[in-house]
Amino acid sequence: MKELTCIICPRGCRLKIDDQMNVTGNSCPRGPKYAIAELTNPTRTITSSIRVTNRPYTLVSVKTDKPIPKDKMFDVMKEIDKLSIAAPTHIGQIVKENILGLDSNIIITKNID
Amino acid sequence: MKNIDLIIIGSGAAGMAAAIEAKKNGIDDILILEKDNCLGGILNQCIHNGFGLTEFKEELTGPEYLSRFVEQVKQLNIPYKLNAQVIDLSKDKIVTYSSKEDGLVSLKAKAIIMATGCYERTAGAIMLPGDRCSGIITAGTAQRYLNINGMMVGKRVVILGSGDIGLIMARRLTLEGAKVLCVSEIMPYSNGLNRNIQQCLVDFDIPLYLSRTVSKVVGKNRLEKVVLSAVDKNLQIIPGTEMEFECDTLILSVGLIPYISLLNYIDCPISSTKGAVVNQYMETMIDGIFTCGNCLHVHDVVDFVSDEARLAGRSAALYLNNMIKKNGKIALKPGNGLSYVLPQFILEDSLEDIIIKFRVRQPVTDQVVMVKSGDTVLIKVIKPVLIPSEMVMIKLSKEKLVDAKEEIVVSLEAR
Repeated sequence: MKELTCIICPRGCRLKIDDQMNVTGNSCPRGPKYAIAELTNPTRTITSSIRVTNRPYTLVSVKTDKPIPKDKMFDVMKEIDKLSIAAPTHIGQIVKENILGLDSNIIITKNID
Repeated sequence: MKNIDLIIIGSGAAGMAAAIEAKKNGIDDILILEKDNCLGGILNQCIHNGFGLTEFKEELTGPEYLSRFVEQVKQLNIPYKLNAQVIDLSKDKIVTYSSKEDGLVSLKAKAIIMATGCYERTAGAIMLPGDRCSGIITAGTAQRYLNINGMMVGKRVVILGSGDIGLIMARRLTLEGAKVLCVSEIMPYSNGLNRNIQQCLVDFDIPLYLSRTVSKVVGKNRLEKVVLSAVDKNLQIIPGTEMEFECDTLILSVGLIPYISLLNYIDCPISSTKGAVVNQYMETMIDGIFTCGNCLHVHDVVDFVSDEARLAGRSAALYLNNMIKKNGKIALKPGNGLSYVLPQFILEDSLEDIIIKFRVRQPVTDQVVMVKSGDTVLIKVIKPVLIPSEMVMIKLSKEKLVDAKEEIVVSLEAR
């Protein structure tokens, strides 16, 4: 029996997972999905910000468009540190495709005119 | 002096939602005043995700969440002014702002919505003991430096207070290469969301010390050391329990307070939430001045701010059309187990059902929430778990108000 805090929404359910991977304690169907992923291949979404090259003292926020493996968080951060972009930027714009081959893109999360 | 039907002060999650809703309810002569150089308020610096699950049924970052509202403000052609700091407000609804572009301008409004958000408690506010050195900074300020200005605030960090911003900053600083030594919380429980304790602390092996607070900060110029001590039931420091941490930065996440200095200019009655006393329309005791969002009471989730702001926007439209009737009013009071309840009074002739919002004083289980007027039970709801960090909302249908002959009290009873 394992216990986890679900991180899918602000409710933060306490999930219990038995040896047969049966999940209890969830309030919605996303709970069991999260619990099984967390025990087999835990992933996280990374958010950060990068430099805007053609605006003084300006940063633009970014995120991974798909969650990446938890143990690759610091490697992805190192890659994000190398990135920069020229304005205008728009939400969803890809800055780096398939980061570190993890099947996740770094995308812009803020519109700058 | 120029006349405007509705002035909205602040363009954050509350201000924009209020403006959009007022416009959709037929008010065209609107002006949003924003002190910063862009719309969106504090959401601009909240680059982490987790916003919008209620509002949009998807998980968004702060800037993504606010952009959905900016798009609507622009589509609906709602006028706004940036870099415009409101510096005065009068009872007859004259709003004075100052901006580089316009200079000092006074406008006369028929209705006003205050959406000014909240501010952080500082080292002075908690009487932080010890030296007054550099390296002591509030979590929101650290967040702005890091996410907007691209500046790291320190390398070895202790965080005081386990509210959500403190937890979010623990993760953010760790990912950016700082060593977060611990988070210290004076209460025996964290006020942060469970998910943030998991994904911001547990994920990075950052210890959370409960019932512990800073008993001393040491540093000649820059912070050199923070001393944490355990506290007893009365939150008094227990001598001999000191833990020392060598660090260069102390981040304070020790509470948010509604920002209402403008309301104080006009002697607007203030409640225990430190925001204005309001009726079910989010109208203050000053006729035609409405308030919503974190300047009314500090919310845990931005989605609830947007929702509350829509009520304020809709209400301002009703007010401008002379639809709000102020015949009689009933007080709404927090009873056993509650720290506050909103609204503080209800106008009897209500056009909409009333959403009662409250927080509990401490974590409790197996409770019945009773809404009573004298001996008459208006609502009875069973709640398995209630915690102070989660605001509770229950609906009181307007038809039930006829049964409320005297003040309404919301209280907890054990099952």
